[in-house]
Amino acid sequence: MQECLDKVFKNYKGNVEELIPLLQNVQEESGFLSDCAMSEIAKFLRVPKSKVYGVATFYAQFRFKPKGRNHIMLCRGTACHVKGAPRILEEIEKNLEIKEGETSADLEYSIESVACIGACSLAPCITVNEKVHADLTPQKIENLFKRKK
Amino acid sequence: MSKVNLIIDGIKIVAETSNTILEAALENNIYIPNLCHHQDLDPVGVCRMCMVEIEGKPGQIIACKTYVEDGMRVKTESEDISLIRRVSLELIHANHTQDCSNCFQNNQCELQKVTAFVGIDEDRFRRIRKTRPFIEIDTSNPFFNLDHNKCILCGICVRTCDEVQGVNALDYGKRGFETLISTFANRPIIESECESCGECVTRCPVGALYPKNNQVPSREVKTICSYCGVGCNIFLGVRGDIIVSSRGDRDSIVNKGRLCVKGRFGYDFINHPDRLKVPLIKKNGEFVEATWDEALDLIAEKFSARKNEKFASFSSARITNEENYAVQKFARAVMGTNNIDHCARLCHAPTVSGLAQTFGSGAMTNSIDEFANARTIFSIGSNTTAAHPIIALHIKKAKRNGAKIIVANPKEIDLCKHADLFIQHYPGTDVALLLGMIRVIVDEKLVDNKFIEERCENYDEFMNSLEDFSLENVEKITGVSKEKIAEAARKYATNTPSSIVYAMGITQHSHGTDNVIAISNLALLTGNIGKESSGVNPLRGQNNVQGACDMGALPNVFPGYQKVNDRAVIDKFEKAWGVKLNDTIGITHTEIITAIEHGSIKALYQVGENPVLSEADANHVKKALQKLDFFVVQDIFMTETAQYADVVLPAASFAEKDGTFTNTERRVQRVRKVIEPIGESKPDWWITSEIAKRMGAKGFDYTSAEEIAKEASALVPAYAGITYDRIEKEGLQWPCPTKDHPGTKFLHKERFATPSGKAKFVPLTYKISAELPDSEYPLLLTTDRSLYHYHTSTMTRKVKGLRVLNEEELLKINPADAKAFGIDDGEIVKVLSRRGEVTVKTQITDICQKGVVSMTFHFFETPTNELTNCAVDPIAKIPETKVCAIRIEKIEK
Repeated sequence: MQECLDKVFKNYKGNVEELIPLLQNVQEESGFLSDCAMSEIAKFLRVPKSKVYGVATFYAQFRFKPKGRNHIMLCRGTACHVKGAPRILEEIEKNLEIKEGETSADLEYSIESVACIGACSLAPCITVNEKVHADLTPQKIENLFKRKK
Repeated sequence: MSKVNLIIDGIKIVAETSNTILEAALENNIYIPNLCHHQDLDPVGVCRMCMVEIEGKPGQIIACKTYVEDGMRVKTESEDISLIRRVSLELIHANHTQDCSNCFQNNQCELQKVTAFVGIDEDRFRRIRKTRPFIEIDTSNPFFNLDHNKCILCGICVRTCDEVQGVNALDYGKRGFETLISTFANRPIIESECESCGECVTRCPVGALYPKNNQVPSREVKTICSYCGVGCNIFLGVRGDIIVSSRGDRDSIVNKGRLCVKGRFGYDFINHPDRLKVPLIKKNGEFVEATWDEALDLIAEKFSARKNEKFASFSSARITNEENYAVQKFARAVMGTNNIDHCARLCHAPTVSGLAQTFGSGAMTNSIDEFANARTIFSIGSNTTAAHPIIALHIKKAKRNGAKIIVANPKEIDLCKHADLFIQHYPGTDVALLLGMIRVIVDEKLVDNKFIEERCENYDEFMNSLEDFSLENVEKITGVSKEKIAEAARKYATNTPSSIVYAMGITQHSHGTDNVIAISNLALLTGNIGKESSGVNPLRGQNNVQGACDMGALPNVFPGYQKVNDRAVIDKFEKAWGVKLNDTIGITHTEIITAIEHGSIKALYQVGENPVLSEADANHVKKALQKLDFFVVQDIFMTETAQYADVVLPAASFAEKDGTFTNTERRVQRVRKVIEPIGESKPDWWITSEIAKRMGAKGFDYTSAEEIAKEASALVPAYAGITYDRIEKEGLQWPCPTKDHPGTKFLHKERFATPSGKAKFVPLTYKISAELPDSEYPLLLTTDRSLYHYHTSTMTRKVKGLRVLNEEELLKINPADAKAFGIDDGEIVKVLSRRGEVTVKTQITDICQKGVVSMTFHFFETPTNELTNCAVDPIAKIPETKVCAIRIEKIEK
C-alpha cells in the first residue's frame, strides 16, 4: 500500500487543493479508498483526517470497499425496472450472500446498481466486469452465481 | 475600531464595524433567531434562521455573515422572512427526535427557543416528517455521548474542534439525507483523535452531544482548577455535598471558558471513597485509625526531638500559597532548619537557577494571553498539548492569527501538526541546537545590537565562546540538518515578536541550568524579551509550583526569594516571626533523600508529594524512606509514599478550603471552599499550625487562610499589593508591590531584575548527558506526560473516565527498533536500566526517533522512575529524568 501511495504522491506537491485529484488518483491505482490510504493522504497534505473522509464521502465517485474480481453492475433503468430488475437484484443478493454496495469477504464479487447501462433492448440485464448478461431470469441468475459451498 | 450607526427595526444602534448584523442586534437585545451562530466561532450561515432584509437590497441576507455598515436599515421581520425561517425550521424538525422532556437540553435548547419564536406549520410538518432510521447513540466516550438523531447539523461541534481546539476529530461525513457529524471513517468517538475536552459538548445547541453525568448542580462556586500550572478558572457545581460538574469561566483571561479533559471531567477524585478521612498511626507495621489529638501530640513529641539539622520537610506544589508559607515557616521558625524543598526541584529548579543568573528572576516573562499575538512561537522541550492543554490552545490561536510555530522535540509530539518547522533533535543536545541557532543569527547579522548595547552585559565574552558551535558540529551532535537549524534561527530572529516556550524537556537534565541559559542567550541576542508577546516562558507543571517557590518552600530562600544567608533578610524575618533563625542554606530534595540514606536526616515531614514514583532512581528513594526514624505524610489519598509513613494525616482537597494558587504566568488567584472537608480531613495550613502550636511555637494562631496571606504579603515585596479583596474577581500578576499597583503583565520591560538592571550573557560549553546508550543498554529512554493523567495519577486514576482513556503505561518505540529487538506491537516486555527493571506493554510508533523510546511515569504498576538516572545538575540539583540508557528483553512464555 505504502509503495502505491508513494508512487502517487510523487506527482503532487502536497497542497490542500490537490485533495480531490489525489483521492481520484489513489482510487485509480488501488481500486478504492482504504482508511489507511485516506490517513496517509491526510498526512501528506497536512489536512485533518476527518476532513479527507468528509470530502471523500461527499462524492459518489469514491468507493471505500474494494471491488470484487467480478464486479456486477445491475441496471435499474426504466426498461429493466419494468422487466423485473428488483427481483433480479434480490436473487443476486441471495446467491452471493452480500447486499448491494457490498463486496464478498473473499473479494470475488461486488454488486453496484446503476441508473442505466444503455442496453434497454436486452432488459433486464447486468454486466459482470465487461460482459453483458441479457434477458435475465431468477433461474439464469442462479446458474450464473450459485456459489459452491 | 471605528463605529457605525445603523437602524434595526426602527431602533437606532451604534455598532463596531467588526460586528455582524446578528451580533449588533443581539448586543442590543433584539433577538434574531439563529442556530449555527456561536460567539467563539467564525460565522458560516448554514441554518438560514437569521435571514433579514436590508433596505435598498433585493431579497434576504444572512445576518450572521453580513457586517454592519453606516446608515444600514435592517428589517428582522417580514412575510418572506417568516416563510423562509419556517420552511427551514420544519425541515430541521422533520428529522429531529421529538422527545424533549427526556432530553438533557430541555429548556436550554436553542432549537426549542427558535421554534417558539418562529413557529411551525403543524400540517406541513406532519406531511414532511420523515425520521431517518434510528442511528445508534455513540456512547464510546467515557464522559459524553453523541446522539445523531438529535443533531441539527449546525456544525458548531465541527468548528469548535477545528477553530477552538485545533484537533479536528469531527467533520461532516457523507451527503444529502445521509449527512452526519462524523469522525474519520465514522468510527466511534473514542477511536478518533478526540481529546475528550468536551468543548463541543458545552457548545452543542441541542441535545446531540451531552455529558454522561448530566446532573444539574444546585449551586456553583468559582475556584481554580487543581491540575497543571495554567490555573484555569472554573465553576464547580455541587448537589448536596457531591461535586457533579465543572465548567470554565468565560470571563477569565486565563482560559476564557475553555477547559481540558481533566479540568472539565476530572473532579470525581474529590468525593472518591478512597479519600483519607481520619489520621492513621502505624503500630506494629499496620496503620491504625487515631484521633487528631493522638496523631498531632505524637508528631509534636517526635519532631521536638529532631529540631535543627536532623529534620527535613517536603512541601507541595499542589497546596495553596498560604499552606506553603505555613510549612516553610514551621521548618524554619519551629524546627530551626532550612531543610525545606518541594518537587519544583524535580521540574523547574534549573529555570530558577538559570534565569536568576541571566534575567534576575525565574518565572514566565509573559502572560498566557500574549501568545495569541506573537509572530513566532518556538516551543522546545514542551509537550504543550499534553501537559498544558489550555496554553496549547493559545498557541494554536496564534497559528490561526498567522504566527509561525517552531517545535523542537525529540518526539513528534501532537503540536507538530500545527508547526511550520519541526526539529527532531537527539535528547540532551539542546545546548548545541540553541547555540547553533545563535551562530546562524550572529553570522547572518540578525543580532539586535541596540538591545544588547543598552540592556545586556558580558556580550563579548559570550561571543568568544561560540567557536565550538559551527553548524557542521551542531548537525553532528543534534542529528538535525544545518538548513533546518538555520531556518529556525532566521524565523525566530526576524519574524518578531517571538516567544519561547519550554518545560521539562529543557530542565530535567544533568545540564538543565545550561539549557535554560542557552534559551535566555538566544532571547537576549535577538531582543526577544521584555516586550509584549515576546519573552522566555517556562511552563510550570503543577497547579501551584510557582506559588510554592514564591512562598519560600526552597532551602536557600525565605518567601519572596530573599536569601537565607543574608543578614538583613534574616533580621527582617526574625523580627516578623519573633524567633532566632538558622542562616545555613538547607539541602535540596535530591540531597535530602541521600541524607536520609546516610542517616543525617532522621525525621521527615511531607505534604502532598509522592517521591516513590516521581523521583529519579525510585528504588533508592524507597530504601532511604525505610531508614527514617519518624515520617509524617499529609495527603488526600494513601499514596505509594504514604505507605512508608509512621503517621498519615488526612488533608482537605482544593475544593474544601480557601486560599490562593499562583499560576505559571505569576497570577495569584483565589481558591474557594466548595464543600466541607471530607470525613475528618483538615486544610493543610490548619494541620501544620496545630503541630507548631503543640510544640509550643508562637505565631501559628491562624483562624483563616486569609490571615496567613496577609502575613505573607507583608514579607514578600512582589505580593505586597495583593489582597483577597483585590483578587475576588480576577487574579493579579506579581510583581504587585503596592495596593494600587495593577500587577505586571510581562517582566523586564525597562530593567532586568539583576542587581545591575542589565541582563547577562553567559558563555556555555556543550556537555553530554550523564548516561548515554552503549552496547549493554543500547536505547535511550526519555520520560513524557499523558494528557489524561497528572503527575503520579493519585488524583486522575481515581476518575473512572480518565482511566478508560489511558489505562496503562505504554513503551513507545520506533518501528525500526521494534524490528531490531523482535518486538510486536502490544507485546509485554521487560525494560531494564542499571537501576531497576519494569514490565510494560509496547506501542510501535514513528513519533519516536530511532534509538529513543519514551514512557510516562503515571502508573504505579510500571514505576518508570525506577529506571531513570539520579545524576543531578550541579547547580539546580535536578535529576536527569529525560535521559537514561535502557535495554529491552522479551519475556519468555
